[in-house]
Amino acid sequence: MKYWRVPLDSEEVEVTQGVVHIIKDRCKGCGYCIEYCPRAVLEFSKEFNKNGYHPPRVRAEGCLNCHYCELLCPEFAIFSTEATAEQAAV
Amino acid sequence: MKPAVDTGKHFINGDIACAEGAIAAGCLFFGGYPITPATEVAEHMSERLPHVGGTYIQMEDEIAAMTSILGGAWTGKKTMTATSGPGFSLMMETVGLAIVTETPCVVVNVQRGGPSTGLPTQGAQADMMQAKWGSHGDYEIIALAPSSPQEMFDLTITAFNLSEKYRTPVFIMSDEIVGHMSEKVVIPKKEAIKTISRIQPRGKKNNFHPFKPGPNGVAPMPSIGQGYKVHVTGLTHDEKGYPVMSVDTQAEMMERLLGKIRNNLDDIIMTDQYLLDDADIVIVSYGVSSRTSYTAVDMAREQGIKAGLLRLITVWPFPDRLIKELALRVKGFITVEINMGQISREVERCAGYKAPSYLAGHPGGAVVPPEQVISIMKEAF
Amino acid sequence: MGSPAVKKEVPVPHPLEDLVRMERIPHIWCSGCGTGSVFTACLTAMKNTGINYDDFAMVSGIGCSGRGAGYINIDSFHTTHGRAIPFATGIKMARPETNVIVFSGDGDLFAIGGNHFIHAARRNMDITVICVNNFIYGMTGGQAAATTPHEAKSSTSMGGNPESPFNLPLLAYAAGATYVARWTMLHSRDLADSIEEAINHKGFSFVEALSPCPINYGRRNKQKPLDTLREYHANTIIKNNADPGELGIDFKQKVILGKFVDIEKPSHDEQYHRLYHETSTKS
Repeated sequence: MKYWRVPLDSEEVEVTQGVVHIIKDRCKGCGYCIEYCPRAVLEFSKEFNKNGYHPPRVRAEGCLNCHYCELLCPEFAIFSTEATAEQAAV
Repeated sequence: MKPAVDTGKHFINGDIACAEGAIAAGCLFFGGYPITPATEVAEHMSERLPHVGGTYIQMEDEIAAMTSILGGAWTGKKTMTATSGPGFSLMMETVGLAIVTETPCVVVNVQRGGPSTGLPTQGAQADMMQAKWGSHGDYEIIALAPSSPQEMFDLTITAFNLSEKYRTPVFIMSDEIVGHMSEKVVIPKKEAIKTISRIQPRGKKNNFHPFKPGPNGVAPMPSIGQGYKVHVTGLTHDEKGYPVMSVDTQAEMMERLLGKIRNNLDDIIMTDQYLLDDADIVIVSYGVSSRTSYTAVDMAREQGIKAGLLRLITVWPFPDRLIKELALRVKGFITVEINMGQISREVERCAGYKAPSYLAGHPGGAVVPPEQVISIMKEAF
Repeated sequence: MGSPAVKKEVPVPHPLEDLVRMERIPHIWCSGCGTGSVFTACLTAMKNTGINYDDFAMVSGIGCSGRGAGYINIDSFHTTHGRAIPFATGIKMARPETNVIVFSGDGDLFAIGGNHFIHAARRNMDITVICVNNFIYGMTGGQAAATTPHEAKSSTSMGGNPESPFNLPLLAYAAGATYVARWTMLHSRDLADSIEEAINHKGFSFVEALSPCPINYGRRNKQKPLDTLREYHANTIIKNNADPGELGIDFKQKVILGKFVDIEKPSHDEQYHRLYHETSTKS
């Protein structure tokens, strides 16, 4: 994420890390989560789910666990959880 | 503050007797909308319900009044509304919802002359077929026809009992004359009044099936807030309550809905008989028309005609079997009603070719004079 | 591909699974339809209130969003067309401790059910009405509605809608609603927060949620689903407490979002209780 100026307390702020969970077979491929992920961590996968849609997949690190995809998804098909210390360390 | 059962002798009109019957039956919610000649039911309910911890609300139209009592019924309360022809027409949409969602409630129709605005202040019995067939789709309904203020009280309690027992809307098909006439009404002691409440589910709340019939064909009915997490829909649904758009589910649901009435006719159908045992000519009547029919029977008997009266207290479901049996042994039927032929068609259907059936009808606004019945009788037989 | 920190399939349940009848998912809403997003915002709001789910009831009418009641795992009622509000009124007045949410569409609530809406608002009936406004009758194939923008195309107005749409927040405010807000499904967080506030609000609360109908509105009006969302992003401004008279929707100018009305006033059940139950126990 680009800042037009670096916040004064940016050193002190602990940035959360998230894990994205995708329930592929619920997806209807609207692409809203991909378009509106503030960290652009998602992209369409090439595979088809059981209903013939291309579900999203994670293309890059950087999920902040903001839950926006979770709220926007009309299908209960994507959500995030906070990364455990082990997951975050990787 | 009056108690729920206002025991004693009263001189009240039919509408007020109906409201007192509702309160005695345990009604706790009334969604109203004013209409002549049923307004007094709403007025009296608005006054009486707070005495027993109940709630009256005046809705914006009869559609809303009828719909509100379904919402109220799902909270576990006994609920009612009252109207007349034009409002009854508006309620028909929600009557269908009540039937398909198996929601108990009582709807009073104090009938007046129609069609349309018609004769607001004068009686008729011309909504009888609408009561049976007014909402779209195929269904069975229970409709009772009180003939006096006393019966307005008594049958309102019966209506609640049947509605709770069979999880179905029940109509009280009264009329302006019975609604507005004042007579002695005896309200018994609380202990002498039998009231029935819907069977509540017991046991596990998880994955509960609110439309799975019990032994008498009726499913126990949970209330909002009990944790059963029911889903209730006007769409064709399975026993879980979930919509299923299939021919099989439709057939199963229809069998359930029709069956719980059709398999319990003996419990639901009530009639009264007057000099019927040796009668050659059967007068079939109900509600206010039955009052002049008693006189007609007496007049006929004085003239040596063996007439008898079959008074329908339950009009729907129709007592097919009884009429069919009578048709085998009597000369014929005359149906007395304030319309131009509604229940008479049912009598004719049941009598078949075994016995002729005639109508002593009236276009609305007054009762059928006994003399008219006698002259039809003499002409026909 | 994908970073090792990311697992794609984990047996972790979706956080709303306890509130959804999962055996009925996937729902009937089309790909790109916003109803599911508004529904998610509604469930999130309900969860965030901390209120016991058994103290909620959801009532829907007929139409695409009317199917909402069929997917929520609480006591839920899918009624007839336009009649969700009187059904909800019956529940509220017969059992005032219930938090009643009406989840339905613009056609259901404002055309066939318009009269019920204004009267429930007038009474300050303590229910929360969430309107998924997609500007069209979606379920029946895209006919003009009471909310279809002027000149927009529908299956019954292929030459452009000759009528003007309702300004829903103005209608709600004028009728007496004591909480009125408008968001789009893209403003998910604001929408969820607003619905939570609306549930906690004592009195008639109304939240309008603009939502795309790509199949039956977008297709005829040359908007792909993402185009509609970009409109929601680029062509809206948030203006809390805006004059309800300014809130008409015409895509030639910016659509105003925000919370417009939040008034404290006794609700109908409170007034009824005070005037009838408290006095009748005294007398």
